[in-house]
Amino acid sequence: MEINKNQIRIVLRNCGVIDPEDIREYIARDGYSALAKVLFEMTPERAIQEVIDSGIRGRGGGGFPTGLKWKIARSNHADQKYVVCNADEGDPGAFMDRSVLEGDPHSVLEAMAICGYCIGSTKGLIYIRAEYPLAIERLKIAIGQAREYGMLGNKIFNKDFDFDIELRYGAGAFVCGEETALIHSMEGKRGEPTVKPPFPAESGYLGKPTNVNNVETFASIPVIFNKGAGWFNKIGSEKSKGTKVFALAGKINNVGLIEVPMGITLREVIYDIGGGIRDGKEFKAVQTGGPSGGCLTKKHLDTPIDYDNLIAAGSMMGSGGMIVMDEDDCMVAIAKFYLEFTVEESCGKCSPCRIGNKRLYEILEKITKGAGTMEDIDNLRNLGKVIKDTSLCGLGQTSPNPVLSTMDSFMEEYVEHVIDKKCRAGVCKSLMQYIIDAENCVGCTACARNCPVNAITGERKQVHLINQSICIKCGACYEKCKFNAISIK
Amino acid sequence: MGKINSPAELKKMQEELKDGNNCIVRPKDKVVIKVAYATCGIASGATEVMNYMSVELEKRNVDAIVKKTGCMGYCYAEPTIEVSLPGKDPVVFGYVDIKKADQIIERYIRNNELVEGVIPVNYHNID
Repeated sequence: MEINKNQIRIVLRNCGVIDPEDIREYIARDGYSALAKVLFEMTPERAIQEVIDSGIRGRGGGGFPTGLKWKIARSNHADQKYVVCNADEGDPGAFMDRSVLEGDPHSVLEAMAICGYCIGSTKGLIYIRAEYPLAIERLKIAIGQAREYGMLGNKIFNKDFDFDIELRYGAGAFVCGEETALIHSMEGKRGEPTVKPPFPAESGYLGKPTNVNNVETFASIPVIFNKGAGWFNKIGSEKSKGTKVFALAGKINNVGLIEVPMGITLREVIYDIGGGIRDGKEFKAVQTGGPSGGCLTKKHLDTPIDYDNLIAAGSMMGSGGMIVMDEDDCMVAIAKFYLEFTVEESCGKCSPCRIGNKRLYEILEKITKGAGTMEDIDNLRNLGKVIKDTSLCGLGQTSPNPVLSTMDSFMEEYVEHVIDKKCRAGVCKSLMQYIIDAENCVGCTACARNCPVNAITGERKQVHLINQSICIKCGACYEKCKFNAISIK
Repeated sequence: MGKINSPAELKKMQEELKDGNNCIVRPKDKVVIKVAYATCGIASGATEVMNYMSVELEKRNVDAIVKKTGCMGYCYAEPTIEVSLPGKDPVVFGYVDIKKADQIIERYIRNNELVEGVIPVNYHNID
């Protein structure tokens, strides 16, 4: 068997390798060397320059250059500054941050201490969702051990540098992944976003300068210092450096957690690493960026994956969920699924997001029920654009993306739903019918006996008939028929 | 264990833990079994496998260390375990249940025969 080693593990370097509940295992893998190096060999300015030179960009989805973020946070003066780790991973189907925190919590703690030294902060906070009990437990153990070994607390390495970390729990609201909403939630207020500026780097937690980075970004930092920015920025594509962790899920053979260099193609991810589509079916699309992203299709299979190319393709990097879809998936239903999530998670503060997404969802509902018109399709696009342009925060500004991008790539499916009242994937139940073929039906009554709603009538040894107004399209008759007399139309 | 007071102390500790007397990474004369023990593995039954391994290896007089790690990334094949025999490259097994664990102990660990269900390593790790 030929093994294709196109994965490089930087962020996941210790996941599945060390015991996350024993700091000595992390130390044995050169743990806390980067912190020592930064404290003893670099000024904060020099260390920030190293991060800038590495080219790393925020792994939470936005892709803002991390080093620049640190530089801005350093330039704002205050009696207290904060380092915040955003572990509020909320995309459906994403589990990268959870895996890092469960498998290698110390790498995040070490990076936060480095960040504290760079921006001039003594306090770190990890905002983590309460739904991640194991990650929380391992973080607590890690923080305890790091204090015991003097890697957190006062006078780290006997230097004049104090840094400690506390946990803050989120209740699992998607909007709290947005940094201003996250900060409000940590302050005990409602998790609602506010307009930027002011950016958290000027006025964040308790009104103090605050630097917020994602788990995966932090986990890359110790490697940048251990190996050097010059080593790190050779990995990846021209404008996106390093690696990205993806949670590969959906209709793919090897569901799993992967880490690939930026600039890899979708084809390599799906066919080489993911082992291809399940049951030999045909690839249709990949949703990246979760409910904020869009779908990539066959024509994007050979596009290098990086921040800019994904945006150009109408999607986004997002935090790294990758959901693979095959020919049995209806793209209108997929768009509806993501929008349902957004409607549920909208905080309700601004009306474009609160009302707009609801109306958008209702139009999709109408189309999947077979009552849509071509005017509805135009409305979808217009309304989607208005929501994008006028929403307050990232949630609303990106929520129509799944709808708009599926419309761009799969317009014919929308038209089919509206004009032909047909769902080619057989997902939208209102648009399909089970029909008994009179030529093949022998009147065995198996279908009628198995129908849970008694929608099938017919005498023994006579052709049977399905009453479409009663049928709930469960497919029980279709499965029971031994004579292939029932077909889906 | 007390505080680490300087980079030199850290370095010394790293070396000891890597291959000194306090070696924690992979003692040369021992069988090391790592169980992927994150939320995903636990949900698929890693606890049962880990407990079985610890109890049975002791019962069968194999000098082994069983420890938990984070996710190895092979979600589709959970529970997964990695077995390192002295002097050999680590091997990852997927879809491990009690029956498979028994086979791994009897056939791979004690008799060095390969058992089905090996997952090829498909990544480079940095060191």
